[in-house]
Amino acid sequence: MNRVVITGMGIYSCIGKNLEEVKKSLYEGKSGIIFDEKRVPFGYRSCLTGMVDKPDLKTHLSRRQRISLGEEGSYAYLATHEALKNAKITQEFLDENEVGIIYGNDSTAKSTIESLDKIREKKDTTLVGSGAIFRGMNSTITMNLSTIYKLKGINFTLSAACASGSHAIGMAYQFIKNGLQDCVICGGAQEINELSMGTFDGLGVFSIDSKDPSKASKPFDKRRDGLVPSGGGATLVLESYESAIKRRAPILGEIIGYGFSSNAEHISTPNVDGPSRAMKKAIEQANINTSDISYVNAHATSTPVGDSNEAKAIFEVFGYNGPYVSSTKSMTGHECWMAGASEVIYSMIMILNDFIAPNINLKNTDEDSSKLNLVKKTLDKKFNVFLSNSFGFGGTNSALIIKKITS
Amino acid sequence: MNIRDIVENVNSFLIDDFEIDPNIISPNAKIIDDLDIDSLDFVDIVVFIEEEFDIKLEINDFKNVFTLQDFYDLIEKKIK
Repeated sequence: MNRVVITGMGIYSCIGKNLEEVKKSLYEGKSGIIFDEKRVPFGYRSCLTGMVDKPDLKTHLSRRQRISLGEEGSYAYLATHEALKNAKITQEFLDENEVGIIYGNDSTAKSTIESLDKIREKKDTTLVGSGAIFRGMNSTITMNLSTIYKLKGINFTLSAACASGSHAIGMAYQFIKNGLQDCVICGGAQEINELSMGTFDGLGVFSIDSKDPSKASKPFDKRRDGLVPSGGGATLVLESYESAIKRRAPILGEIIGYGFSSNAEHISTPNVDGPSRAMKKAIEQANINTSDISYVNAHATSTPVGDSNEAKAIFEVFGYNGPYVSSTKSMTGHECWMAGASEVIYSMIMILNDFIAPNINLKNTDEDSSKLNLVKKTLDKKFNVFLSNSFGFGGTNSALIIKKITS
Repeated sequence: MNIRDIVENVNSFLIDDFEIDPNIISPNAKIIDDLDIDSLDFVDIVVFIEEEFDIKLEINDFKNVFTLQDFYDLIEKKIK
């Protein structure tokens, strides 16, 4: 079995357009949540959302490349551009080696709706143009990035609701661990627009605490009233340890466990058993003790049931005096299909810079969360191992454990 | 619309939307070999023609179009 290391990271999120900006926001506990006026006429119950600038890729990509790339794809591209640069991977390297891509994505609502609206209006399918099909398929990110970077290895999109990004990392890890690939680009992306979140908003699970958007997302707090949707792109470069050493790549961390499970219960209501089994599986695979894990980046989205059940699951796995816990969704909102990847990057930024980012907006814990070692204010702390949880509709769960590489 | 207008509109489209170098645009330029236009691009050309000239073309209409001059002539013929 190969050791699997992280050699590159890139991020485009509502708390920063690159690793440096995100590091600053995480340390300062800065929120990226706004009130989106565009959602008002659509009848949204909650208009709160994380927001990013729409990228202008004219200087990066050709016309053909740009017209095939939807909103989520453009975020994924920018994150990948940063990740490859940091991994010191050139086009020459991609041309000469079998590098793969596995990316998490679970919607292309804006691209699909806009194309179908045009067909409905014009009654002529040709008039949607040649890029519409490539923007509208769920595999839009992998089909575009594999073409842009001329990748030769494994190439598919992974859809697993809000655990998509985490499972994509897990899958890339498995491919490398088992010797099927030496290097895989992986991550997750999420569109942010008024067309993509209506059906989710309709469930009534979004926060309507819009008085101060930066205070709306409050995971683990007694007053939490729902999640705040968000999005962007997050990319990691995973590589076998041997490959990284051979090309003298920067080694940022090592993935040592990927636990997964399915709840076998409700389509949207999370439980305790599934997440608990995923965490235990990851810990067993990592061959470490629970006490070796210093920090848990919780999935906690700020919903009443979800956060309580996760708190119970973390307590069941770690017991009293467990690891530090925070939910970065308090700052970013719920980055959905991207979250599993972005939160690994947020945690990597913390582990590499010796701090634990706060769970902002946390004033009063409830019965379940009070049993956790929650971080309310930025903690300057060196640590070596973290676990990142991601859960999704259908009861899909993923837990990743990552270790700092100390030369 | 006369042939001069057609040439002007088509050339502007190719330069602005398709980002083709103006220096390689000439009536004798081969659409596929010189302008590097592929099968997918023809779909976007059909969209442009319908929006700009209000005429409907199909991909098959391009089977005898090899140079830019052939393209200008096709549009002129369809407009008439």
